[in-house]
Amino acid sequence: MNYNWNWGIFWEMNPEGSGTYLTLLLMGLRWTLATAALAAIIALTFGAIVGVIRTLPARWAVLAGDAWVEFFRNIPLLVQLFLWYFVVPELLPKAAGLWLKTLPNSSFWTGAIGIGLFMSSRVAEQVKAGIRSLPRGQAMAGTALGLTTAQTYRYVILPMAFRIILPPLTSELLNTVKNTSVALTIGLMELTARTRAMQEYSFQVFEAFTAATLIYLALNASLTFLMRRLEKAVAVPGYVAGK
Amino acid sequence: MPQFDFDIILKTLPYLLRDGMSFTLTLTALAALGGLVLGTLLALMRLSTVPGLATFATAYVNLMRSLPLVLVIFWFYFLVPYIGQVILRTERPVEVGAFASALITFTMFEAAYFSEIMRAGIQSIPKGQLSAGYALGLTYRQVMGYIVVPQALRNMLPVILTQTIVLFQDTSLVYVISITDFLGAASKVAQRDGRLIEMYLFAALVYFLISFMASLLVKRLQARTAIIR
Repeated sequence: MNYNWNWGIFWEMNPEGSGTYLTLLLMGLRWTLATAALAAIIALTFGAIVGVIRTLPARWAVLAGDAWVEFFRNIPLLVQLFLWYFVVPELLPKAAGLWLKTLPNSSFWTGAIGIGLFMSSRVAEQVKAGIRSLPRGQAMAGTALGLTTAQTYRYVILPMAFRIILPPLTSELLNTVKNTSVALTIGLMELTARTRAMQEYSFQVFEAFTAATLIYLALNASLTFLMRRLEKAVAVPGYVAGK
Repeated sequence: MPQFDFDIILKTLPYLLRDGMSFTLTLTALAALGGLVLGTLLALMRLSTVPGLATFATAYVNLMRSLPLVLVIFWFYFLVPYIGQVILRTERPVEVGAFASALITFTMFEAAYFSEIMRAGIQSIPKGQLSAGYALGLTYRQVMGYIVVPQALRNMLPVILTQTIVLFQDTSLVYVISITDFLGAASKVAQRDGRLIEMYLFAALVYFLISFMASLLVKRLQARTAIIR
């Protein structure tokens, strides 16, 4: 293999003037983390709402929830990001569209919102499954105690449902982190994009990609570790996950 | 509101379908098939008692599943020419076509996901069936090939097809290495004629209809092939 390895490249200056190549990658990691965090909050919020809606007795509510999930699940993430980034600003009234287009870091906001809504359909599926997995008696007991539907969800159903779906939510969180790389197509300079940039500046393809791979692996491992800690911390005694 | 020009879709439809959609569908089908074969092998390796095999398969699957697909696409895009050079013992890195590069990437990537599905399928087969096979004097290859894997495939068919729908959507990511798949074709027209709105809305609609119909079919299939236990 006639490839010139140069692992010292990470300590050489990058042509952007922002420090070494390692700084370049770490700046990318920061955008990856910021995008993933905002996207995860959006996914969890909308996913929880839509997931709950799909378990309500009202037929129209279930239909609306199903439509949300089918819409965000059946269009590729890349196309969804293009819709948010290129199409939506044109369809809005002129002033609003212009404001969106000139927003600082617009690719970050669009990317995070787009990825968040895309992931919300998956979270909604998990939330629905979690609620469905509870014995009917729990909701009935809530009603028998005189709680309203909202109170039953808030104090009885959701605290249990969220604990049950923590493991699959962990993998959705990891998917959210991975999906942030798709936002490079709308110009977000996250980790994968910076890796590409480093490769184009320095021609050290494999060093750059190896570094990105290691960073993603470390990120995955730490998130998994934190989520396991969370699972242990909130586990209910008497269940398999509890003590 | 801007002026819409939906004629552009009719005019470019032959190009979108012939150049774009045929690439997307061929890539999806071949990568799903290749990924399934490779994934089954990985699952068997993971469950085997031969030392080293299980470790290797587990490491491979976990690595692939921890990385973003976009990064993996870039990895293979740059790596495949060098691998070709080592295998074919040529002077320079081998030039690999866009289609071959994409196919290798998606096959290798999907293999990790299919292997997890097949592992679940294989593990769902009662142990007694394996024992019965061995008691009849069948070899490992025969037990797996005639008893375990066919049943695992059947049980997991809905999940495999759902994963294939995900793969169909994911193939749009070849955009990052400038390959003309369906989205790539739509995007080329969009940029050439300045018709971003029409083309991206149309692309979204087509992806939605295909994925939605396919998932409805999978649901029906699931109801029909479910084994009542």
